[in-house]
Amino acid sequence: MGAHATDHDDSETDGPKVLSVSPRNPRVRTIQIHRPAPQDASFLAATAKGLGVTLRHFFKNVLRGKDHNYIETVEYPEKKVDYPERFRGLHRLMHRDDGAVRCVACMCCPTVCPAHCITIVPAQTDDKGIEKFPAVFEIDELRCVVCGLCVEACPCDAIRMDTGEHAKPVEERHDAVMTKDALLELGARSTAVQGGEGAAWRERK
Amino acid sequence: MHIVYAILDNPATKWAVLAMVMVMPLASLLTWAERRQSAMMQDRLGPNRARIPWPVVGRTRLWGILHFIADAIKMIAKEDFVPGSVHRGLFVLAPILALAPVLVAFAIIPFGPTIYPHSFTSVLDTYHLAAGSPETAAAFTDSIRLQVFQVEFGLIFYFAILTLANYGGTIAGWASYNKWALLGGLRSSSQMMSYEVSMGLSLIAMFLIWGTLEPGAMVQLQGSEPWKWGIVAWPFVPIGLISFVLFFTAAIAETKRAPFDLPEGEPEIIGYFVEYSGLRWGMFFLAEFIEIVFIAAVITTVFFGGYQLPFLDADGFRFGGEWVLVNGQQVHLGGAFAPLPHGIVTALQIGAFGAKVILLCWFQLMIRWTLPRMRVDQLMNLGWKILLPSSLGLIMIAALAKLISFL
Repeated sequence: MGAHATDHDDSETDGPKVLSVSPRNPRVRTIQIHRPAPQDASFLAATAKGLGVTLRHFFKNVLRGKDHNYIETVEYPEKKVDYPERFRGLHRLMHRDDGAVRCVACMCCPTVCPAHCITIVPAQTDDKGIEKFPAVFEIDELRCVVCGLCVEACPCDAIRMDTGEHAKPVEERHDAVMTKDALLELGARSTAVQGGEGAAWRERK
Repeated sequence: MHIVYAILDNPATKWAVLAMVMVMPLASLLTWAERRQSAMMQDRLGPNRARIPWPVVGRTRLWGILHFIADAIKMIAKEDFVPGSVHRGLFVLAPILALAPVLVAFAIIPFGPTIYPHSFTSVLDTYHLAAGSPETAAAFTDSIRLQVFQVEFGLIFYFAILTLANYGGTIAGWASYNKWALLGGLRSSSQMMSYEVSMGLSLIAMFLIWGTLEPGAMVQLQGSEPWKWGIVAWPFVPIGLISFVLFFTAAIAETKRAPFDLPEGEPEIIGYFVEYSGLRWGMFFLAEFIEIVFIAAVITTVFFGGYQLPFLDADGFRFGGEWVLVNGQQVHLGGAFAPLPHGIVTALQIGAFGAKVILLCWFQLMIRWTLPRMRVDQLMNLGWKILLPSSLGLIMIAALAKLISFL
């Protein structure tokens, strides 16, 4: 009987209410069925209630002005939603004070990049303090997974993703590769400390 | 001039005007209205971008109404694809079978009063019109009746014609050589059969009250006083309302739209026109929307006084007054009376009919976007176990009430 008792318990948790179980065969039971009352079966009350909701929304959306209705749709090309402040968009390369690229070709970002979308070809500079600069700096925006690890890895605030723009649609795959010039065009002079000299570095110069 | 009026009074002319000026534009507009209205009910914007870009001036946008023109161009331009294994003859015939009956059925609907062109600018003399005295007969020699066919069997013609529309769906399902289309066609025919019964029976109570099947006579009997319209049908008070609810439910099922859209079920269960594309599919679509307009027109005629505007008689606005029996016809005379020229009365009454039809179309769209689809067993239960017995009971109550009213 123990096994039968558990059977019985299972059926009571989900299913119709069991009124009695046959002593001979516990699978034979008297159950209670809830048939809808006539007023529910005709769906009239439920229909009226539902119509109330839809009518309220319809009239409020049609008659009330733009600021008072329920409509959430943004008419996209004309109006755009502002992205959050920390939205990761297209990359950009930051400038030094003289407008040169800030990157020192340390290869941290292509190393950390999980999608291998950054290509850097380093070259030597005359500036002994800097030593290297990127002769080629290309990012394939189609391969980029927008993880932001390159920004995290950069030791000198050279690469950022704070443009607020997402990758533009292109017709050819190679159009999605951003060259160094394009990345610099989006860039700006960095306000970060340069050369490890501290915050008063600019004033002293 | 007589010939011009005779041509205007010809059924072919009236049908062409009715179908091309009233029904087709309204049905096309409904394709836009349905999407825009559902959007408004669901807090979206809906189609609002179709526009005419003028060279210099700017653009005409009209809340997106122009979408129906864009849709028509799209459907005409689309490839008319016919699958290889279909029964070609029936495949081509099915959309026509779906569209033609609903266009023909409009013939019985009175969409305006009878126009007497000779007294167009003056107040219509209803007393002498009914009396038919020879000295005033010249004013009423020509008349244009704004109803294509005035036949004794009236609404029976509608039931008969709409039965033919069933074949459209069923044959489309069979001819498509597609199991799912066939199942959709079967669902369509079973649903149509079930609901036609209660649709016919639910109106019989109203036939008993008016004592006629002819829609034109029905509208005249309802008169200009709103409490005499079918929905109230004073003094037979709840019968009109119950009959309206029953007929409206059955009629929505006949249009094959949600919550009764089992024959089509476009997104999930696949309907009978799955193999159709382009303009052939568009014909099914248009037939459905014309049916909405038609149902609205029938309900207007039977329950909402047809082209009657409250308190507007054929000769002007009248409050109170009395009904006088002149030459076997009821004429409304006396009371507070503001006379109006016949032309203005006609325009107002045609406008009233159009407004009522549009309002009822709107209400059908409200229902369609409010209720979810039913299960097949719920559908059959509602049809056979609730609507049919209620309609039969209502006939008995209406007959009893009519009997008592004679005593």
